[in-house]
Amino acid sequence: MLSLSLKYRKKTWISRRLKEKLIHGFFFFNGIISVIILLGIFALLIFTAIPAFREVNLKEFLFGIQWNPTAYVKNSYGILPMLVSTFMVTLGALFIAIPLGVGTAAYLSDVASPRVREITKPIIEILAGIPSVVIGFLGIVLVGPIIAKIFGTHNGLNALNGSILLAVMALPTIISISEDTLTNIPDSYNQASLALGATKWQTIIKVKIPAGLSGIIAACMLGMGRAIGETMTVLMATGCAPAMPESFLGPVRTLTSSIAIELGEVAYNTTHYYALFALGLVLFIITFLVNLTSDIILHKYEKVNR
Amino acid sequence: MKNRKAEQFLGFLILRACVFFVIAALLIILIDIFTKGAGSINWEFLSAMPKKGMTEGGIFPAIVGTFLVTLITAILSIPLGMGCAIYLHEYAKKGKITRLIRMSIRNLSGVPSIVYGLFGVVLFVQLLKLNTSILSAGLTLGLMTLPWTITASEEALKNVPKAYRDGALALGATKWQSIRTNVLPYSIPGMLTGTILGLSRAAGETAPILFTGAAFYLPFLPRSLSDQFMALPYHLYVMATQHHAIEKVRPIAYGTALVLIVLIFCMNLFAIITRYKLRKVRLK
Repeated sequence: MLSLSLKYRKKTWISRRLKEKLIHGFFFFNGIISVIILLGIFALLIFTAIPAFREVNLKEFLFGIQWNPTAYVKNSYGILPMLVSTFMVTLGALFIAIPLGVGTAAYLSDVASPRVREITKPIIEILAGIPSVVIGFLGIVLVGPIIAKIFGTHNGLNALNGSILLAVMALPTIISISEDTLTNIPDSYNQASLALGATKWQTIIKVKIPAGLSGIIAACMLGMGRAIGETMTVLMATGCAPAMPESFLGPVRTLTSSIAIELGEVAYNTTHYYALFALGLVLFIITFLVNLTSDIILHKYEKVNR
Repeated sequence: MKNRKAEQFLGFLILRACVFFVIAALLIILIDIFTKGAGSINWEFLSAMPKKGMTEGGIFPAIVGTFLVTLITAILSIPLGMGCAIYLHEYAKKGKITRLIRMSIRNLSGVPSIVYGLFGVVLFVQLLKLNTSILSAGLTLGLMTLPWTITASEEALKNVPKAYRDGALALGATKWQSIRTNVLPYSIPGMLTGTILGLSRAAGETAPILFTGAAFYLPFLPRSLSDQFMALPYHLYVMATQHHAIEKVRPIAYGTALVLIVLIFCMNLFAIITRYKLRKVRLK
């Protein structure tokens, strides 16, 4: 009888262990799936983009200044104008968003009373939650006419408009991560500076922001990644002329909006279709590098501070 | 001394101006949409089909479409995201694989939404032969929300004290038993709150559904998950840029924007209030 129960116990013990192993495996699969998805995106983009280069040579693709996949005589697939447009709009956005974002972060972390902080934080979260298509819509109906009036342009749908809107979209990212960084700076820095007779303002400018600089840079890079990859806003607000951009007041067409405009009309499995995936691949690689850099900076920063 | 005080005063003024601009940006967005959109909201607008080439009538199919596609998103993203968070927080040991997983998650959240759209076109529409449908669009959005769901779920797991797990383990429970009985019940509300925030973003996304299932104009409701559908954000895009009589349909565009924002706002508010309550309970 005793041996039977022991045997039984051993059996349940084994099945219990087996069950635990299975459950562990199940969750491990869940964990690893994000790696699979990231690699999957990369692989599918590459495999769908490669056929494009049977017809287009890589140099022409990267440095060609004309994108005209539906030409009468000879199709051209140069993405340089789009690259320039993308970076123009993004840099414009950062030019607006970085001072505002870092200023707001500094205010929230060092000046604001807890009550103001409690109110402002949800506001920034709400701003982050506003869909890009709504912001693009406001670019058409609100920002566009204002720009047109001030600069006397035709309809105000240009790179400047896109920059302003993207700045609004990048702000929440820049603010929240910069603020985290500034709040995490050890209080001893703050107190040492104040004890030496520096004002609170001097402490913010000369101690806290330099100390948190790497985190702030990482935040700005994440904001940049968001701006580069943003589609609907630039699609709606920048005019989308597929030529080399001339100025901030001219229409531009970014990588993202080109994909959005053309993928709907293109026939599957044509060179044009593959070329659009090559655009996607370029976009993926750029944002990946930007995000990776910011990730490395943030990680390094974490290690130094703990 | 006076100089330094003046400098500080000026400096703080600049910082206040920054905050002011940020808040003003949000207020301008909300006020413009609310004042101009409120006029077109009535029962017919919310419950009727679009009529006469979308120049009249309502946006009912777009509301239903957004609801359905968000449902699919949730069905894919919540279990997978929770599973991944449970692995990372409860099972994973520090090491290369864990670092790799975390890095992938952070990078996934930075992948542009249109790239998810391209991925969806190849994987769901073409390879898995789901065609352009609610299912394809929902799954694409589900993949996109995954990193947010994981991060939110892990935050919730972090908030369960270690003693809860140790208590169960000390009584002879296996790891899974301790997670199931002592960790999950306390963290699921938190997980869901964070997840809702992610879903609200998915509901407002346009780029990933452009080519995976959203339809320009369908005067009927989708009959199955493999039908195309109308969605609020795409409808707004169409009304704002693609329609043949753009000026004439501006009120409808504003109305659509308002409905979309209110929908997302409600989801956010629900999540924020729940989180606030949870935090209070924990403090007691």
